[in-house]
Amino acid sequence: MTSVLLQPEHEFETQDIFVNMGPQHPSTHGVFRMVLAVDGEVVRDVLPYIGYLHRGAEKLCETMDYRQGIGFMDRTEYLAAFNAELSYVMAVEKLAGIEVPERAQWIRMILCELNRLSSHFMFLGAFGVDVGVLGTSFTYAFREREVIFDLFEEICGDRMMYSYFRVGGLAWEVTDNFVARVHQVLASARQGIEDLDGLLTANEIFQARTKGIGHISAADAIDWGMSGPSLRATGVSLDIRRDEPYLFYPEVKFDVITGTNGDVYDRYICRLQEMYQSIRIIEQCLQRLQPGPIVPERMSRLLRTPPGEVYLRTEAPRGEYGVYMVSNGGNRPWRCKVRSACLSNLQALRDMTVGHYVSDAVLVLGSIDIVLSEVDR
Amino acid sequence: MTAEFLGIEMPVLLEAFIKVNIVVLAMTVVVMALIYLERKIIGRFQMRLGPTRTGPFGLLQSIADALKLVGKEDLRPTGADPWVFELSIYFIFVPVFVGFVVVPFAIGWEIRALELGLLYLLATSSVSGLGFAMAGWASDNRYAMLGGLRAVAQGVAYEIPLVVTLLAVAMLSGSLNLREIMLDQGTVPNIVWQPLGFIMFYIAMLAELNRAPFDIAVGESETAGGPHIEFSGIRWSMFQLAEYAHLWIMSIVGSAIFLGGSAWPLGEDLGTPFQLLLMGIKSSALIFLAMWTRASLPRLRIDQLMGFAWKVLMPLAFIQVLVNGFVIVYDLPLLLLTVQGLIGIVVLNWAIQRAVARPAGRPGIAAWAASEATS
Repeated sequence: MTSVLLQPEHEFETQDIFVNMGPQHPSTHGVFRMVLAVDGEVVRDVLPYIGYLHRGAEKLCETMDYRQGIGFMDRTEYLAAFNAELSYVMAVEKLAGIEVPERAQWIRMILCELNRLSSHFMFLGAFGVDVGVLGTSFTYAFREREVIFDLFEEICGDRMMYSYFRVGGLAWEVTDNFVARVHQVLASARQGIEDLDGLLTANEIFQARTKGIGHISAADAIDWGMSGPSLRATGVSLDIRRDEPYLFYPEVKFDVITGTNGDVYDRYICRLQEMYQSIRIIEQCLQRLQPGPIVPERMSRLLRTPPGEVYLRTEAPRGEYGVYMVSNGGNRPWRCKVRSACLSNLQALRDMTVGHYVSDAVLVLGSIDIVLSEVDR
Repeated sequence: MTAEFLGIEMPVLLEAFIKVNIVVLAMTVVVMALIYLERKIIGRFQMRLGPTRTGPFGLLQSIADALKLVGKEDLRPTGADPWVFELSIYFIFVPVFVGFVVVPFAIGWEIRALELGLLYLLATSSVSGLGFAMAGWASDNRYAMLGGLRAVAQGVAYEIPLVVTLLAVAMLSGSLNLREIMLDQGTVPNIVWQPLGFIMFYIAMLAELNRAPFDIAVGESETAGGPHIEFSGIRWSMFQLAEYAHLWIMSIVGSAIFLGGSAWPLGEDLGTPFQLLLMGIKSSALIFLAMWTRASLPRLRIDQLMGFAWKVLMPLAFIQVLVNGFVIVYDLPLLLLTVQGLIGIVVLNWAIQRAVARPAGRPGIAAWAASEATS
């Protein structure tokens, strides 16, 4: 009879413990909850729970006039509300066959790219905190974000929920000193990116923490339906601004930033580099901005669309933000569905996290850069 | 059984009692000041103002916080182990208080200049690891448990390089008495002979104190406070007290051992006030460095932290002891030690760079995940 002790597999009996992270946890970026099955410090399984912020924005849109839906779109993606509005109003315009004046399109482009900057600043700041900088990255990022928000406030009176894009154009004309103000904001944003770059990227601990963590292959990323910087970090060069152009994106020069490894570090670098590209786009837009009307000459007071369906996607900071809309005729959509980039990106969480340490689970979640209101809608 | 204290003859016990009380009171005040300063300094790093509303420049903020904490309800989770839970904080802050016995504020200004003072200090301060384990285990909270286990693993790992580097210095001075080590540096501080030793001491000290970038036990963004998580009110303030008192002790000891303490420069000639000033400046510099680190460095992961202690710091610390031994036994010029220390710093930097440049992915974990997937 052999001793039990001689058989290594019976030496210890260990048990995984479940660690509940969220919905109230400093690093779940909103009301996301994940239960980690943990073996010591190593994550064996991840069970995500979503839906804490579900408000039925899509359903609400179906009960309202097309124009009233714009406000709900702001609230689905509060960190990049202009981009969310853009998808929605462009979908309605496509459905109703409305032509948007040139000036309105350029201003939309500027505001969307500025919003991409503010959203990525938010990512950089929060990601720094996830990695463990006490909060310095957060305040650095928020300094720049405030500057951008001040500009937004001057233009549309609101800092986060703008409701500024209208079907057919814009709500009202931008302020007189708009161009000068945007140049100011860009100068400060450029400085801010460099500050954050210096604080985080060059740091040895930061690199050691982020490189090789949360790897996902290009094939897996496509299978999960990932998009945006999270997809491009794996090496897939897909940017809707370039591949399926809308607004005047074909007329401006910008590079699509791709990574190679698809790890946390690459996702971070992709976003950081994208911010420089956004600045580049905005500068070109400002040169092309001409005076002119911001709403079509003739708009009916009651907006009715012919029956039909439309799917329109744009490149939001977090990836593909698509709006699918079915109209039965009349002044409200029969069905409105938002294709959320965050939801698709979040699905890959388990693949990316399992096998890493608990501390890395926080990093992986942070690097996907989710907005829970967009996931839950 | 009489001794002289401030020119008055009094029994030894009474003298010790008075000194202990002075130190404990001073410590409380210093801890409050440190908390205020840390908030102010980190505020400046983060382009904030820090506390401003309570008193002039927010000076009374720490006092207000302390009063608030005392007034708060002392909660204990239902599932917590009552004895271990309540005792754990004593295991954290009593060792720190006890350590003050040998701390040399100036030449002759310590409660007792023990012959084995350094050993005593290290022995007492390592007990607090037990306190963290108890707090983590008894809280009946998974974050607390993770944090507690991390604290113990980290404490054990960094204790060794800390002790060995300090041992190397003690070899040079030929004493474990903190006063003697300090006096030995009257002309040249030890950092000149032990530059590598100082850096390793500082790293190990940060780890021992659970401060950034080694704050994985508390890990605000991961374990949400770690062992502290279930403590509230006065018990939680004890954690703070212990943390900052420990920081203060370690910075004083560090400046006494490596920076010449109150002996260099001219400490012995210019009297006690000047010595206190010297010590104040040196220890403040170390404390400021710790706050600076906290404001700007990300946190290490547990495996990186352990790997750094066992694979990098430990061999370097033992090599330091070996070289010191050779130099002392064969009576070689001390300048050799400086050269060796600078080479050691280069090696340390190389090791860090190599760890960063390591190809992406960790084979151990990947192999483990693959075996999991197949089984």
